[in-house]
Amino acid sequence: MPTVAPLDLEGHCVAAVFLADVPHFALADGTVHRLDNGQKTAQANDGLLAAFHDAANDRLITGGEDGKVFAVKAAGEVSELASAGRKWITSVAAGPQGAVAYASGKTAFVRFADGKTKEFAHPRSVEGLAFSPKGMRFGVARYNGATLHFPAAEGKPVELEWAGAHTGITFSPDGAFLITTMQENALHGWKLADGKHMRMSGYPSKVKSLSWSMKGKWLASSGAPAAIVWPFSAKDGPMGKAPLELGTRGNTMVTCVACHPSQEVTAIGYEDGMVIAARFADAKEVLLRRPGKGAITAMMWDKEERRIVFGSAAGDCGVIDITA
Amino acid sequence: MSDAQTQIPVTVLTGYLGAGKTTLLNRILSENHGKRYAVIVNEFGEIGIDNDLIVESDEEIYEMNNGCVCCTVRGDLIRVVEGLMRRPGRFDAIVVETTGLADPVPVAQTFFMDDDVRSKTKLDAVVALVDAKHLPLRLKDSKEAEDQIAFADVVVLNKTDLVTPEELEKVEATIRAINPAARIHRTERAGVALGEVLDRGAFDLSRALENDPHFLEAHDHDHDHHDHDHDHHHHDHDGHHHHDHPSDIHDVSVKSVSLRGGEMDPKKFFPWIEKVTQMEGPNILRLKGIIALKGDDERYVLQGVHMILEGDHQRAWKDGEKHESRLVFIGRDLDEERLRKSFEACQAA
Repeated sequence: MPTVAPLDLEGHCVAAVFLADVPHFALADGTVHRLDNGQKTAQANDGLLAAFHDAANDRLITGGEDGKVFAVKAAGEVSELASAGRKWITSVAAGPQGAVAYASGKTAFVRFADGKTKEFAHPRSVEGLAFSPKGMRFGVARYNGATLHFPAAEGKPVELEWAGAHTGITFSPDGAFLITTMQENALHGWKLADGKHMRMSGYPSKVKSLSWSMKGKWLASSGAPAAIVWPFSAKDGPMGKAPLELGTRGNTMVTCVACHPSQEVTAIGYEDGMVIAARFADAKEVLLRRPGKGAITAMMWDKEERRIVFGSAAGDCGVIDITA
Repeated sequence: MSDAQTQIPVTVLTGYLGAGKTTLLNRILSENHGKRYAVIVNEFGEIGIDNDLIVESDEEIYEMNNGCVCCTVRGDLIRVVEGLMRRPGRFDAIVVETTGLADPVPVAQTFFMDDDVRSKTKLDAVVALVDAKHLPLRLKDSKEAEDQIAFADVVVLNKTDLVTPEELEKVEATIRAINPAARIHRTERAGVALGEVLDRGAFDLSRALENDPHFLEAHDHDHDHHDHDHDHHHHDHDGHHHHDHPSDIHDVSVKSVSLRGGEMDPKKFFPWIEKVTQMEGPNILRLKGIIALKGDDERYVLQGVHMILEGDHQRAWKDGEKHESRLVFIGRDLDEERLRKSFEACQAA
């Protein structure tokens, strides 16, 4: 029977991650709380809007209303990486070799590990950012498509066009596919080798959470009464195939998904705060947390695959131990 | 999480550069009215007030991917509102200031078309600031100036001290010709009582038309005079019907169609209004109505923006109240004759 160690905080949880195996919770007010022999708190942005877990460097990159980018490491070590002026930092991402990307208005910035910064101007707002797992390359979600930049080299970006507003972006772990979330209730995808389009629609609401399963064989998504899990093991991805629908509930929506690091299982968080785990092979479900005060907004598995840290829109956060 | 109680009201401020938006905004931010405002601006510009909750964003008009060209939203507002609403304790209401040339429609539609925004906020009113001296010129050189007036719930006719009484009369008549349903306030230095622009509930179906006792009355001239005291030369603003006639300023392309009828047959009326908004949606800027439905003892109120149509029962008809249906369209290229005939054909036998 799984057990939950609750942590009741005040405010919207933007990110819940393990840093040095310690649960960390980054809230919208910029406080970062951790459960490290008791609850401890550090301060990042004055108004935290975006966060990205930089697994390679075991840190959380945050951006916010103060126009700044911070790196939060275990033990409450917070350092300012960049400042972009008056406008909000609305998206952040971490890439290879310690590079960090962040967006402010129509500009995307890449800050390299040596502190040098490069600017990438766009005709429209930069809505989402993601690094490719391979090479120094990053993608920008924008109105009517996505743009791929190669920040370490000079040269023209690659433009991928698809009508509509693209709000979020992710590469598959093998770098073969680029997927965007859209303002409409759909995902769009490109097979990067040949530019082939993938359209994944039918969601009753916007997709805000995406998670790749181990080796990128599946892509789990929120935005429906079930976790919608698209198969990506075929060479054309999910085209012509139906997705799995896991953890279907009649009276609430899935708001957050987090795939297990090594098994074909995903954690599913709902609007009412419930968390379950569901297995892809047989759709078997295990209840991990009963409904709480707010929608689940963030989740992450630990390295030992034993614990899940979660956060909610109402601040009722915690750590689930599935082995206890 | 989406109950009406926690929905934050949003006021949209439109108007050309120099019309007085910044002056009004500074008053909203500095006057002692007991409310805290978050302000979303496209140009940080001259706001002289130090306030953490002034957010600068790039105007992003996104067409929805549904084949409808008038279904546009402001992508930047979706993002900023989402961010602001994650820390809702900081403010009581939001003001969106648009650039001089901004189209007010995508701003308004954002609050109806985006589910996240809609669940957390509600559009309160669209307020247009108009420079009394320069409006005629603005109307000549831009479609936006006209759209801003046509779309407004409240028009603040500012800088009245810079024009003669005759010019002022003419400007107000022009505004009336474009938008007979808006409230007009004549001011100098944007000196309108803040209660006249904030917390209006203009899009609240239960309040909207109740606020406008003269809604759709042909001789509605309800600018109030108690919040400013400059000389009006006692012009008569009760008996004029000039706004029912096409404006003598031929740069105006927006017109309004006011319809009046008896009790409607719901089986005819609802398919008709659906069809009108579907077919004429791109031409309709605003639509408001109070409908008497046959066999229904409650008033049915309607409002629309382009193809978006919202309707609900409002309240019971009062004793002795005339069961009458009234509907006004503000838009371009509206076929008044056809609308009138087809509207009247929906009346219950």
